[in-house]
Amino acid sequence: MTGFGALLARDVRLVLRRPGDVAVVLAFFVVATALFPLGIGPETNLLARIAPGVLWCAALFASMLSLDRLFASDYEDGSLDLLLLAPWPLELAALAKCAAHWIVTGLPLALLAPLLGLTFGLDPLALAALTATLLVGTPTLSLIGGLAAALTLGARKSGALLALLALPLCVPTLIFGAGAVEATVSGQGFGVHLAVLAALALMALATTPWAMAAALRQAGE
Amino acid sequence: MADLHFLANPARFRRFSQRVTGSLAFATVLALAVGLYLALIAAPPDYQQGETVRIMFVHVPSAWLAMAGYGLLAVLSGSLLVWRHPLAALMARGAAPVGATFAAVCLITGALWGRPMWGTYWVWDARLTSMLLLFFLYLGHIALSNAYDHAERGDRAAALLALIGAINLPVIKFSVDWWNTLHQPASVMKLGGPAIHPTILVPLLWMAGALSLLFVILVLLRTETEIDRRRLEAADATA
Repeated sequence: MTGFGALLARDVRLVLRRPGDVAVVLAFFVVATALFPLGIGPETNLLARIAPGVLWCAALFASMLSLDRLFASDYEDGSLDLLLLAPWPLELAALAKCAAHWIVTGLPLALLAPLLGLTFGLDPLALAALTATLLVGTPTLSLIGGLAAALTLGARKSGALLALLALPLCVPTLIFGAGAVEATVSGQGFGVHLAVLAALALMALATTPWAMAAALRQAGE
Repeated sequence: MADLHFLANPARFRRFSQRVTGSLAFATVLALAVGLYLALIAAPPDYQQGETVRIMFVHVPSAWLAMAGYGLLAVLSGSLLVWRHPLAALMARGAAPVGATFAAVCLITGALWGRPMWGTYWVWDARLTSMLLLFFLYLGHIALSNAYDHAERGDRAAALLALIGAINLPVIKFSVDWWNTLHQPASVMKLGGPAIHPTILVPLLWMAGALSLLFVILVLLRTETEIDRRRLEAADATA
């Protein structure tokens, strides 16, 4: 576990030394969300109606943005070879990198989302649902995205390919995430949705590290 | 297992495949002729849907084959990753575009059928959406297997993706069903007709058989092409 902690701390520290990278992702989230009222019109009811879907989709795209560098920089400078040779499981290393990605993108996105939801006229309970579902759902996005990043490591045109691979697999998370906020708006609770999101996150946690490690070994060959 | 090992040698597979494709092609043409006759001429028009019901005879088998094709892809990917079966990668390369094409045929015929029946080419219904997502999974697989300069790396990355996709397909299907029931409880899709009558079922099974034969023969031919292409590349590399 010391290796896990060290790798996690290293990756977070690397990103925090260049906070601009995180800021760009968050700025993309804000700008992409702000475009919807401009494109659709400022009618409050309509905006409140589409807000859950818009915010979740924008969060999904934003978390895909930074993923193509997740393993690529380690692959280019040789750190990945050292991780492959390290005496502790590559699965844990992949998991540590995804956890770091979540801390520097998923978490800020979830914390920023209620502010944007406010501009769409969501009520306080819906804002709570939005934050809660993003907190539970974004780890899944980081894990699936990390898998896509590992699969496309060293490929030509990897950025667009990564999105093509990851987005269909993210559909369940999107449906239950946006569905939870919508259920809250229409007066039902969001407990069930949150439970399913947690189940999806646990399933991703149980399966993707193995696949990521297998893909990284392929890339290292 | 003996058969799998027998066909593991690409040259031997090629001889085997070339021997069977002739008779398979004959059987396909025959079955297609019977199936199309039964479907387009012999089958009675539906009392609700009229002549448009004939679209079903292509639409439904295409949906079955698109799904079966992904199953085949998953099995091939498993044998590539577990046993490094040399032919599995080549056959997966052959099968993916065929499966994707059947998914596309299913979507297109579905749209053409939907227009007269529901008055629209497309509704965001659960079944349509899951077929669309299956099509995207196929596209991702094809794109990934071709994304590398080193073809074998593409094969193995795509194999991992196919396995992950096969695990996730039921989850995607389930969540899309859930999503749809949330959004439109009274679906326009409820055809509510009677249980399938033999006059419809028999042509449907013939067409399903004929299109399955077509699927097999296309996969075999494409696999042969992939073997030849690998050989050419190997010859180029050594020359």
